[in-house]
Amino acid sequence: MLEKALKGSPRYWGTLAGLIGLIALGSGFWMYQLTNGLVITGLSRDVSWGFYIAQLTYFVGVAASAVMLVLPYYFHHFKQFSKMIILGEFLAIPAVIMCMLFVVVDLGQPQRMLNIIIHPTPNSILFYDMIVLNVYLLLNIVIGFISLQAFRNKMDPPKWIKPVIYLSVIWAFSIHTVTAFLYAGLPGRHYWLSAIMAARFLSSAFCSGPALLLLLTFLLKALTGFDPGKKAIKGLALIITYAMCINVFFYLLELFTAFYSNMPGHMDPIIYLFSGLHGHNDLVPFMWTATVLGLGSLFFLIPTKFRENPPALIVGLIMLVIATWIDKGMGLIIGGFTPNPFEEVTVYLPTFPELMVSLMVFSIGALVLTVLWKIAVEVRVEVEGCNHSLVPPKAE
Amino acid sequence: MKSSRRQFMKLAAASALGLGAGKLAFMGDAPAFASDIPTAATFEHPLKAKHWGMVIDTTKFTKELVEKCAHACRKQHNVPVIEGKKEVKWFWGGTFEEAFPNQIPEYLSEDVEKREIPLLCNHCESPMCVRVCPTQATFQRADGIVMMDMHRCIGCRYCMAGCPFGARSFNFQNPRPFIKDEDFNPNYPTRTRGVVEKCTFCTELLAEGKMPACVEVSEGALTFGDLGDENSEIRHLLREKFTIRRKPDAGTKPSVYYII
Repeated sequence: MLEKALKGSPRYWGTLAGLIGLIALGSGFWMYQLTNGLVITGLSRDVSWGFYIAQLTYFVGVAASAVMLVLPYYFHHFKQFSKMIILGEFLAIPAVIMCMLFVVVDLGQPQRMLNIIIHPTPNSILFYDMIVLNVYLLLNIVIGFISLQAFRNKMDPPKWIKPVIYLSVIWAFSIHTVTAFLYAGLPGRHYWLSAIMAARFLSSAFCSGPALLLLLTFLLKALTGFDPGKKAIKGLALIITYAMCINVFFYLLELFTAFYSNMPGHMDPIIYLFSGLHGHNDLVPFMWTATVLGLGSLFFLIPTKFRENPPALIVGLIMLVIATWIDKGMGLIIGGFTPNPFEEVTVYLPTFPELMVSLMVFSIGALVLTVLWKIAVEVRVEVEGCNHSLVPPKAE
Repeated sequence: MKSSRRQFMKLAAASALGLGAGKLAFMGDAPAFASDIPTAATFEHPLKAKHWGMVIDTTKFTKELVEKCAHACRKQHNVPVIEGKKEVKWFWGGTFEEAFPNQIPEYLSEDVEKREIPLLCNHCESPMCVRVCPTQATFQRADGIVMMDMHRCIGCRYCMAGCPFGARSFNFQNPRPFIKDEDFNPNYPTRTRGVVEKCTFCTELLAEGKMPACVEVSEGALTFGDLGDENSEIRHLLREKFTIRRKPDAGTKPSVYYII
């Protein structure tokens, strides 16, 4: 099946070449980081995790979101997702790969990373995170390719794959729960020390991941004519809407607990993020952008007439992805480290080399995604006979 | 006769060369040759305890005394001096508010407000850093000291997120150029970039039967001893004076007590 990735239009090869170029550019900056150390980042003694670990957190959510297609399809026989489900599984694979790469680029001594396996430490959540991410990657590769192979051969998938799929549903919840536990169990970090952290992670994952998937599907449709079907889009948009409502609700719960209890430790990080603390307000514009876009996305998603109208839906989804990305990809990590253990504020903003190293990881993810989706689309073309992947639709 | 003299000369030359080479290899091109090379006899009478702890009499501390202790610490462990937010520090000073932020003092006595409080790793009884470390590079010894294996550390910095006291520093860059020549200790290793480090209660000095470097120069303001022995000097002091610990609500059970 992999041979499907080896034949393609100049546009396909051009995309791959462009991505490889970006990877090469970013890896130059990674070499720079490997030579000089993490001194090239904006990280500090006080904010010791930053952009890299935040991206890990966000993309674990994207990876877990495949379950929002798998669960309705296999548990509730929601057959409308049949064309789309492979896209979800094949999005999970690059998402997990990106997560792992973001951990690798964040390590001070990446050449020693196998120490996690050589010296297994069951009391460390990072040990479990390593296990769940690797197994989830494997599950998605196996399930994705086995079901695609069966579809290609016009056969039912083998019986043994069913329990594997059920396992992957539970596993998807586990990867994001474990990632939340990385943060939620630390006594000195008030912004993270919250029982609802894992639930918040899941709700934010189940809106942002499918939103990203749906946006990419619209892009795929525009580029190749691959149509997952109106009902699938409608169903997924509804799931996204509910998940985003729950996500906003959970955040409001955090605000209530922090501010009604009036406990300084719980309030300070939120005050820092939304109005600045001790004269530092670097994240304030970002957090208010996220708030406006998050609520704005609900404005486009909740009314049925907007949600079922693709242009309005796309606007809502873009707003949602940006809002959740700022919340989880910036505010969450920095808020956890601010104020520091001495109740002081140390400002963190990613540096240019840090962003370029991240660009390398993003491009690797995009490259893997392009190749996998190309295979999925080509297999469908082969089976259904139509030729919508090679010729872009004519503008009418 | 002639040949035996020749042999003797050869042997003498070779051993002189060997001795010199041995010394050179051990010391490298280190600028300081201050300490003697330790031998097995050095470690014959180590200091031992059930659980090491420290009492800090903050009333005796001034900015100068904190710096004196910090300097002794840097000198003993080749701690680099790096300015700014990527600094490395094992022993340093802070205000009462920084040391005890959860006290949230409104009206502090002038004396305490101006006081420089020494800060260092608390060598907690239930250390969070040890719990979160994915490689056991940070571990707790039987005598309570929380130690680091700098050769196992992968630099994930999870321990820095876990520590509620900000006691840990990461080597964002190669620390060696930042070690002052006059403070270099050839008998203690330097670190590589990309690993985390912190106070070790001078385990290497305890092994030689000596007190930690900061305690030695503290003019009696730091008391170091066995919390597990009720007849020890430190337990006697704890019975006599009222002490507090930093952030006891974090549940890590610090082994460092403060007399305010």
